[in-house]
Amino acid sequence: MTAVPTLAIEDLSVEFRTRSGTVKVLEHVGFSVERGETVALVGESGSGKSVTAFAVMGILDAAGRVTSGRAMFGGADLLALDERDLAEQRGRELSMIFQNPRTALNPIRRVGRQIADVLVRHGGATRGDAPRAAIEMLKKVRIPDPERRAEAYPFELSGGMCQRIMIAIALACRPALLIADEPTTGLDVTTQAVIMDLIGELAGESGMATIFITHDLALAAEYCDRIVVMHAGHIVEAAPGRELFARPRHPYAAKLLAATPGETASLESLASIPGGLPDLRRADLPPCRYSERCERRTDACAQPLPRRTVGDRHIVACWNPL
Amino acid sequence: MLNLLLSRLATAIPSIVGVVVVTFMLTRLLPGDPAAYFAGLAASPQAVAEIRTKLGLDKSLPEQFVAYVGDLLSGNLGNSLSTGQPVVTEIATRLPASAELTLAALLLAVFIAIPLGVLAAVKQGTWIDHVCRVVTTAGVSLPVFFTGLLFAYVFYYLLQWAPAPTGRLDVFLSPPQHITGFYLIDSALTGNSETFWGALRQLALPAISMAIFSLAPLARMTRGSMLAVLGSDFIRTARASGLAPRTVVFTYAFRNAVLPVITVLGMVFSFLLGANVLVETVFAWPGVGLYAVNALITSDYAPVQGFVLTMAVLYVALNLAIDLLYGLVDPRIRLDS
Amino acid sequence: MRPLLRHARYVMAENPVTGLAFGLFALFLLAAILGPALAPYNPLQSNVAMALKPPSAAHWFGTDQLGRDIFSRVLVATRLDLTIAFASVVLAFLLGALSGVAAGYFGGWTDRVVGRLADTIMAFPLFVLAMGIVAALGNEVINIVIATAIINFPLYARVARAEANVRRESGFVEAARLSGNGETRVLLGHVLPNIMPIMMVQMSLTMGYAILNAAGLSFIGLGVRPPDAEWGIMVAEGANFIQSGEWWIALFPGLALMLAVFCFNLLGDGLRDIIDPRMRT
Ligand SMILES: Nc1ncnc2c1ncn2[C@@H]1O[C@H](COP(=O)(O)OP(=O)(O)O)[C@@H](O)[C@H]1O
Ligand code: SF4
Ligand SMILES: [Mg+2]
Repeated sequence: MTAVPTLAIEDLSVEFRTRSGTVKVLEHVGFSVERGETVALVGESGSGKSVTAFAVMGILDAAGRVTSGRAMFGGADLLALDERDLAEQRGRELSMIFQNPRTALNPIRRVGRQIADVLVRHGGATRGDAPRAAIEMLKKVRIPDPERRAEAYPFELSGGMCQRIMIAIALACRPALLIADEPTTGLDVTTQAVIMDLIGELAGESGMATIFITHDLALAAEYCDRIVVMHAGHIVEAAPGRELFARPRHPYAAKLLAATPGETASLESLASIPGGLPDLRRADLPPCRYSERCERRTDACAQPLPRRTVGDRHIVACWNPL
Repeated sequence: MLNLLLSRLATAIPSIVGVVVVTFMLTRLLPGDPAAYFAGLAASPQAVAEIRTKLGLDKSLPEQFVAYVGDLLSGNLGNSLSTGQPVVTEIATRLPASAELTLAALLLAVFIAIPLGVLAAVKQGTWIDHVCRVVTTAGVSLPVFFTGLLFAYVFYYLLQWAPAPTGRLDVFLSPPQHITGFYLIDSALTGNSETFWGALRQLALPAISMAIFSLAPLARMTRGSMLAVLGSDFIRTARASGLAPRTVVFTYAFRNAVLPVITVLGMVFSFLLGANVLVETVFAWPGVGLYAVNALITSDYAPVQGFVLTMAVLYVALNLAIDLLYGLVDPRIRLDS
Repeated sequence: MRPLLRHARYVMAENPVTGLAFGLFALFLLAAILGPALAPYNPLQSNVAMALKPPSAAHWFGTDQLGRDIFSRVLVATRLDLTIAFASVVLAFLLGALSGVAAGYFGGWTDRVVGRLADTIMAFPLFVLAMGIVAALGNEVINIVIATAIINFPLYARVARAEANVRRESGFVEAARLSGNGETRVLLGHVLPNIMPIMMVQMSLTMGYAILNAAGLSFIGLGVRPPDAEWGIMVAEGANFIQSGEWWIALFPGLALMLAVFCFNLLGDGLRDIIDPRMRT
C-alpha cells in the first residue's frame, strides 16, 4: 500500500459563522481514498458528511470557512487552490452527485444541454458535437430513448432518471474521483440498487475512486471497501468494511452496528443510542464529542483525542476502545 | 399552448366584469344629481333633464347597467363637456403619447433595476448591496411629481441641458408622420433625425422620473429571487461541475431568477400608470393622464370616467400579457398546459 | 416580550438606519402635534409685500406667491398629511383585517366574496382608481381618506386571510373553541390579536404609500383645497414657479413629503425585521 492515494484529506477543520455564534462543524478530519477504491462516509444526519465533501469541492456556503487542513489531490492541495483553478478541476478531475436529484438539476434547462454544458466547459466536446456526446452519456447511464430524453426538462423525469442524469453530468469528463452524497436517499429500494450498481460499474470501468456518503450502514457494507464513521464533526473510526462489522472498536460505531439488525437497517433507527448530537456552538465542548452519550467514559477522556491504529488500516479515536 | 391562452383569458374575464361594475358604480356615486354634474355647472334645467334621459338616469339601476354595458360595447364613453368631442376619440388620440412615456419608463426601470438587483445579490452584504437597498427605498419614497419638478428645475432652469417641460416636442419641430403614434419610432422609421432627437430630449426627464419611482419592486424582486436561486441545489450542482462563474451566474442562476421578476411587472405597471398621471401634469405631456386631470379641474366627468375605465381595461390586458409571457418563458408551465 | 426587545436591539445595532427612522418618526409626530404652536408665522396669512422671497433668516424656507411663510406652512401641514394617511391606513386595516380574517377563518362563500372584492380592486391601477373614487364621491379630504383606504384594502385582506387560514387549525384556536367560545368570539378574541404584529408591519409599510397617494391626489387638485396647507398642494403651487427659478416654494414641502415617506418605509422594513425576521428579503 505505497501507492499515492487519489485523495488524502488531512486535519480538515471547518467553521460556520452564524447569528448565534461560530460553529466548529468539522475538527481534524482526515482520511484517504485510493484509485479504484470505494470508501463510505457514514454518520447520522448533521454529523458533517456533506460539509466535508463541500469543503473538498470548494463549494461551501459563504458562511463556512476552512480553518485548517489539506486535501491532496493529483499533487496539489485542493484547499489551497484559488477558485479559478479549482473550477477547472471540478467536473473534470473530481465530481460530485447529490441527494434530491430533482432539485439538483437546473429546472428550466433541457437535461441534454446540462450535460453538454459540462462537456464543453472542460473540453470534452465542442459546441457542435456536444449534443451528440451528451446523448452518448445518456446511453452510458442506461437511459432508454436517450435522444428524446435529452430534450426533456427535469420536471418531466422521475427521481431515478434525474439521478442518472446527475451521474451522466458528473462522469461526463471521466473524473478520477467521485463524491456521491446520499445519491439514493429518497429513491425507492429497487431504483436505489440500480443506481448503486451503475455507479459501482462505471467506477470499476475507469478505476475511479469513490467516496460514498450515506447514513445507511447496510448499503455501505454492501458497496464499499472501507467505512469511515463520523460523529459530530469528528472521525471516530475507520476500517475495512468487513473488519468494522466483525469488530467495531469505537463505542459509537459499536452502538451503530448493534442498532443495525441484519442487512437492511439504517441509521434512521438510531433511537437506541441515547441523546443526540451535541450543540456544536457550545464553548465547553469536551474533546470527545461522544462523551456525553458514552457508557465507557473515564477521566482520561477529558484529554485531547488519540488516534490509534488498531489493525491493518483500522484507526479509532477513543481512549477506551472496545 | 392554446390551453394556456384560454385558461389565462378565462381568468381575465372576471376582472373585466369587476372593472365594468365598479366604473358603473362610480358614475352613479356622484353626490347630488349625476345629471347635473354631467351637464356642467352652467347648464339650464332643461339641459339637465335632457342629460338625465340621455344617460338613462330615470330608469332602474339594472336597466341603467344594461344601457351602460351596451354603450361600452359600442365604444361610447360619452362626450367631453369642454370640447364636445366623444371621449373615446380624445382618449384614443392621446393614448400613444402616454404609452410611449410609460414604456420608455418601464424599459429604463428594467435596465437599471435588474442589473442592480443581480449585483446586489451576487455581492450580498457589500457596499453595492447597501446602495441597492438605499436606492430602492429612496426610489419608492420619492413623490414622482416632486422628482419631476426637481429634474425640470435642475436640468432645464439651472443647467439648460433639457428643453422646457412643455410636452412631447418643441414647438419649432413638427411631429413625425403618424405610423405607430410613438414619436421616437415614427421619426426613426421616417429617418427624421432632428425630430427623433427632439422627441428624445423631451421624453428623457419625465421617463427618468417615472423609472426611478417604479425601480424598487423590480430591483427588490430581482435581488430576492436571485439570492434564493443562488442558494439552491442546482446552483451547487453547477458549481460542482466546474462551470465558469459567468455561466453559473447568468445562464443558470439569472434565467431562473428572472421568472419571478416577470410576475412583479403587474405591480410595476400599476405604479407606472398612476405615476403617469402626475408626471404628465408636471411636464405638460399631452397624454391621457393630463387629459383626465384637466377634465377634473373643469368638473368634466365623462373624460375622467372614460380614463379610469380605459386604464383599468389596459391594465387587465397588460396583466394578461404578463401571465402569457410567464407561461411562455417557463417550460414547467408551457409544457404542463 | 423580553426576547423581542433583545431582538429589537439587535436589529437596531445591525441596521442603524432603523434607529434613524425611529428618530425621524418622533420628529414628525412632534411636528404634527405641536406644529401650529411652533410655527413662527400664521400659515394662512398672506403678505403681498413679502411675496416670492427666497429663504432668509426671517423666513427659513422663503415665502410663496402670496407672501406666506413656507416654513410655517410646511410645519403645520404635517398634521393634515399624517392624519389623512393615518386615518386611511386605520380604515384599510379595519376593513381589510376584519374581512380577511373572516375569509381565512370561515372559508367558503365569505372567502370567495372577499377574494373577488380584493381582486376587483387589484384589477385597477391603484392611483387611477383612487382618482376615480375621489372624483365620484366629491372633492373632500374625507374622500381622499376613503379612496386611499379602498386601494389599500386588498393588501390587508390578503395578509389577514393567509394568517388566519394558517391559524385556523392551530392549538390555541382549538382550545378556545373547545372551552365553549362562539366562532365570532374565537375570531375577534383569539385569531385577530394573534395576527396583530403582522398587521402592524403592514400598516407601517403602507403608511408611506398612503402619504404619497394622498399627496398625489391633492397635487392634481383633488381633496385638499387652497388655502389649506398640505404638502402635495404646496408642491403643486410651487410647480408654477419652477420655470421662473423660484425653487423654494416646491422644494421644501416636497422634501418634507419625501422625508416622511422615506421614514415610514424604513420604519416598516425595520419593524418587519424585528417582528418577523423570516419575512426579510
Ligand atoms: N450553512 C451552514 N450554516 C451553519 N451551519 C451549517 C451550515 N451547513 C451545515 N451546517 C452545520 O454543519 C453540520 C453538519 O452538516 P452536514 O454536513 O450537512 O451533515 P450531514 O451531511 O452529515 O447530514 C450540521 O450541524 C449543520 O447544522
Ligand atoms: S474517548 Fe472516552 S468518552 Fe469518548 S468514546 Fe472513547 S471512551 Fe467514550
Ligand atoms: Mg448531508
